[in-house]
Amino acid sequence: MIPNAKITDAVVKEHGLTADEYALLLKIMDREPTLAELGIFSVMWSEHCSYKSSRVWLKTFPVSGPKVLQGPGENAGAVDIGDGLAAVFKIESHNHPSFIEPYQGAATGVGGILRDVFTMGARPIANLNALRFGDPSHPKTKHLVSGVVAGIGGYGNCIGVPTVAGETNFHPSYNGNILVNAMTVGLARADRIFKAAARGPGNRVLYVGAKTGRDGIHGATMASAEFTEESEAKRPTVQVGDPFTEKLLLEACLELMAEDAIVAIQDMGAAGLTSSSVEMAARGGLGIELDLDRVPVRETGMTAYEIMLSESQERMLLVVKPGAETIAERIFAKWELDCADIGVVTETGHLVVSKNGVVEIDIPVAPLVDQAPLYRRPYVASPKRVEIKAANVKVVDPVHALKRLMGTPDQASKRWIWDQYDHLVGNDTIQTPGGDAAVVRVRDTRKALAMVVDCTPRYCVADPKTGGMQAVAETWRNLTAVGAEPIAITDNLNFGNPERPEIMGQIVGCVEGMSEACRALDYPVISGNVSLYNETNGQAIMPTPVVGGVGLLDEYTKTVGIGLRQPGQALVLLGETKGWLGASIYLRDIAGWEEGAPPPVDLAAERRNGDLVRRLIREGKVLACHDLSDGGLLVAVAEMALAGGVGARLDASPAGIPAAGWWFGEDQARYLVAAASAEPILAAATAAGVPARVVGTTEADSLTLAGSGAISLDELRGIHEGWLPGYMS
Amino acid sequence: MKATVHVTLKPGVLDPQGQAIGHALSGLGFAGVTSVRMGKFLELDLAETDRAKAEAQVKAMCEKLLANTVIESYRVEIGS
Amino acid sequence: MRAAVVSFPGSNRERDIVMALERASGKKPVVVWHGEAEIPDCDLIVLPGGFSYGDYLRAGAMAAHSPAMKELKRKAAQGVPVLGVCNGFQILTEAGLLPGALMRNASLKFVCRQVHLRVEESQSLFTNAYEKGQVIRVPVAHADGNYTADPETLKHMEDRGLVAFRYVTADGRTDPATNPNGSIHAIAGIFNETKTVLGLMPHPEDATDPDAGGMDGFGMFKSLVDALH
Repeated sequence: MIPNAKITDAVVKEHGLTADEYALLLKIMDREPTLAELGIFSVMWSEHCSYKSSRVWLKTFPVSGPKVLQGPGENAGAVDIGDGLAAVFKIESHNHPSFIEPYQGAATGVGGILRDVFTMGARPIANLNALRFGDPSHPKTKHLVSGVVAGIGGYGNCIGVPTVAGETNFHPSYNGNILVNAMTVGLARADRIFKAAARGPGNRVLYVGAKTGRDGIHGATMASAEFTEESEAKRPTVQVGDPFTEKLLLEACLELMAEDAIVAIQDMGAAGLTSSSVEMAARGGLGIELDLDRVPVRETGMTAYEIMLSESQERMLLVVKPGAETIAERIFAKWELDCADIGVVTETGHLVVSKNGVVEIDIPVAPLVDQAPLYRRPYVASPKRVEIKAANVKVVDPVHALKRLMGTPDQASKRWIWDQYDHLVGNDTIQTPGGDAAVVRVRDTRKALAMVVDCTPRYCVADPKTGGMQAVAETWRNLTAVGAEPIAITDNLNFGNPERPEIMGQIVGCVEGMSEACRALDYPVISGNVSLYNETNGQAIMPTPVVGGVGLLDEYTKTVGIGLRQPGQALVLLGETKGWLGASIYLRDIAGWEEGAPPPVDLAAERRNGDLVRRLIREGKVLACHDLSDGGLLVAVAEMALAGGVGARLDASPAGIPAAGWWFGEDQARYLVAAASAEPILAAATAAGVPARVVGTTEADSLTLAGSGAISLDELRGIHEGWLPGYMS
Repeated sequence: MKATVHVTLKPGVLDPQGQAIGHALSGLGFAGVTSVRMGKFLELDLAETDRAKAEAQVKAMCEKLLANTVIESYRVEIGS
Repeated sequence: MRAAVVSFPGSNRERDIVMALERASGKKPVVVWHGEAEIPDCDLIVLPGGFSYGDYLRAGAMAAHSPAMKELKRKAAQGVPVLGVCNGFQILTEAGLLPGALMRNASLKFVCRQVHLRVEESQSLFTNAYEKGQVIRVPVAHADGNYTADPETLKHMEDRGLVAFRYVTADGRTDPATNPNGSIHAIAGIFNETKTVLGLMPHPEDATDPDAGGMDGFGMFKSLVDALH
C-alpha cells in the first residue's frame, strides 16, 4: 500500500459520503482507505450508481412477462419480437452535464445510451429523446435549446442512427435544471445477447476504445448532488464526445461479437473503469485484478484515482475467452482503436488495482456492492387537489382558443428541432417525427417497431399516482394509435431532492401509479434510470417520470399515421368524454390557472378502447388515427389536419358537456379516427362496449366548427410552425 | 520545431459562421464590429530542425490536406 | 451493372445505397474498405453518405486521400463512372474530381427534410430515365451542403449543362425559401466535364422504396442500369 493521504472528515464530505456511510466503509475495509479507494466507494455509493434512495421503490415494478428476455439490471433490457430477434432498449438522463455545457452534455448522453444498447450485442436502429427546458423568457433557455438540439443531432447524425421521435416541453420549474433524457432502441439476435458478468478466473480483461483522460472525474457524484450557483464553475467535469470514435467502436464490437470470443462486456459509463470493473466482478461473484500502467492514457502523470474515476467517453471493458485476445486485437486494429490487456479475472472476490507496481486499491467487491447504502427515506403524500368543474372555467370562443394554443411553446410544432436530426438514415423510418409514435422497420422481415417517449409533468405534480399511471398509459396509447402491440417500457425518473419528504412522496406516488398501469396493461419495465437532486437553490423540478414505450407491428404496411388526407371521411371519437379540464393545457394557457386534479386514468377502459383501435387499424378500417392528449379533441383535429393537409367540419358540442370541456377537455383513453364510413367503426365499438360518436367530416383547406366559425389550414399552419423558429432566431 | 497554421476563408467567400458571430457580438452590445471572419488554427510539432525545410513541409501539408484552396487561404509560422 | 461501394471509417449510408443499387440492378454491389489499394473491376464506383473521419478538419478532406481514392481517380480517368452522394460529393470535390467546394449550410444547422429537385439534364448516364425539367422529391440530410464555386467555373458549368439538379419548389421554381443550405444557383448536384462523374447532396437512395420515402429517386438507379446494363 502507498503511504496514505490523510482522509479527513472534510475529504470524506467532499466525496459525498455521510458519517454513517463512512463508518460502514471502515467496517468493510477494516482499515482506513486510500484516497483512490475512497473515490471508488464514493462513486459506487452515489445516488447515480447505487440508486440508494429509489431502489426499494424500483423493486415494486413488474419486470417480467412472456416476451421479456432481459429485465432491469443489465446495460439495457431486451424483449423477444419473434423471428429469433430481440428489441433491446433503454433510456438514460444526462441532465446536469447538459445544463453546464449543453452541446457536449447532450451529445455524450446520446453516446452513452447508444453504448448501453450495443454492449448487449444489438445494432442501434433508432434514437429518441425527451427534453424539458425552462420558461422561454428565461435568459438561459434559448442557448440551452440550441446547444442541446445541436448536441443530440451532432452525435446521432454522425454515427448514423436515426433520431425518430421525442418530446419537448417548457416550464419555469426547469429554469435551473433542464432534463435531457435519451433513449436508444436496437436489434439483436435473441440467442446472442451479451451480458456483463465476469466468468472464468484466469480470463483476461481487455480495455478497448478511446484513450483515458481527465474528463468528467466525479461526474457520477455531480449527478447526485443538488445544484448551486458555484457548481456552474465546475465546467472541466464535462466530458467531450467523439461520435466518430463511437461509430468505429460500435462496428468493432459488433464484429467481435460475431466471433466466439467474448465472456462479458460492459460499457465504461458513469464512474468509468470503476463501475465497469466492479459491476463485472460483482455479477460474476469473482474478483478482478487491474494494472493501470497498461491503460491507454492521453495525458501524462495520471494517478490511480484519476484513471479509475475518469469518465472519458467511447470506452468498453471486456472479458474474453482464453486465446481470444488475438482476435480482439486484430479487429480493433482494423478499426484503428486501442485494445489493451489490462488485467485478469480472479477467484479472490477483490478488486485489486496497481499502479507503478504498487497496489493502490484492494476492495472486497461483494460488500462494496451488496452493502451499498439503501434508504427508505421518509415521505409525505402530495396533497389531493380539488376537482375543477368544466362549468366553472372561463369560456372562450373555441376557434380563438385553438389559435392561441397551437402557437404556445408546448403545443407549437417542433419541426425546427427534428429538422436538425437525421431521422431517415437507414431508410427504414416509415413514421417520421410529428406523429403519435415513430415506426422503424425490422430489416429482412415484414415487421416494424413502434416507439415513443411520454410524460405529463403537470399531472404528476397535481397527483403523482395518477400522473405515473398516465405517463405509462399515454405511451401505450401512442403505440396503439400507429397499430402496434405495446410490449414493454423503459423509464427515466427525474425528480428533486429525495431527502425532502414531499419530493420522496412524489417519487413513491409516481412509481406506484406506473407499476399499477404496467400490471394492468401487461407492459413490463425492462430497463431504466433515475435522476434525483434536480433542484437549484431549493427549487425542484416538476416530477417527471418519463416513459419510453416500444411496440411491435407484424406487418409494417398496416400502420396508420395521424394525417387527414381525403375530404369526405368520417371522424369518429372513441372513448368517453366528460370534459375534464383540471390540470389541462386549456386551463393553464387560456384560463391562466395551473390548478386542479388531473383527469383520472381508468386502466380497464384504456385497455378496452386501445384493443379495439388496434384491431380496427389492423383490419384496415381506419385511415388515420390520433390519440387525444394535451389540448383534447380540437387540438388533436388541428394536428391531424396539418399533418395531412386536409381540414374538417366539426359538429357542435353535445348538450350536457360545457363547450370548453368538449373541445379541450383531457379525458383519458380516447382516440380520434378517420374512416371511409363511420358505420363499421360504430358497430365494432358498440360490440366492444366502447363509447363512440361521430364528431365531424373531413373537408378541404380549413377547420370549421358548427356555430363557432372557421380557420384556414394556412393560417393554422403559420401559427403552429411559426413559434419555435421565431423564438430561436 | 513547432509550426502554427492559420486557415481562413478567402476574401469574398461568404462566411456564415463569422456573420453569426458578428451578429451575436452586436447583440451583446459590442458596437463597431464591422466584420468577423472565422478560421482554424493548428499547432504542429515537427521532427524537422531546419526552418526552411520545416516551412516547405508545412506548406505542402496545407496544399494537400489542411486547407481547401478552392475556398481557403493559409498562413504558416515556424516557431522555435 | 456491377457496382463497387467504397466505405470509409464513418460512412453511414452505405447500406441505403447498397439496397437501392440491388433493387435496381438485381445484383449485390461489392463493398470496398477505404484502406484497400484495389477496387475490383466494375461498371460504377459509388461513394456513400456519412461522416467519414467524423467530418473533422473539413467534410470529406481526409477520406479524399485514402488508398482507395487513388485507385478511384485512376479508374475515373479511364472513364469508369463515379457517383458521390452527400459525403461522397464532398469527397469528390476535395479530391478534385469535381469543381467547387461544399461549405457549412447557410443556416449553420444540420438539415434533414424532403426537398424538391429539378432535373436539369437528362442526357447522362445518371439521369436518362428522367425528363429534363422533371421535379422529384427526395430527402437531404447534411450540415455542409452549401455549394460554392468561383464565377468563371459557375458560368462554365451553366453553359455546358453540367448542373445536374437544382433545389426548387414543388412546382419547379427556384426560390431562396426552398434552398435548404444556401447553395449558389440553388445547385444540388453537378457533373464533371465528361458527365461520367456525378456528385449530389440529396439522397436519391432513400427514395427507392414505395413503403419508405417513395420512388422518386429510383430513376437515377434505373438510368444507370439502363446505360451500364
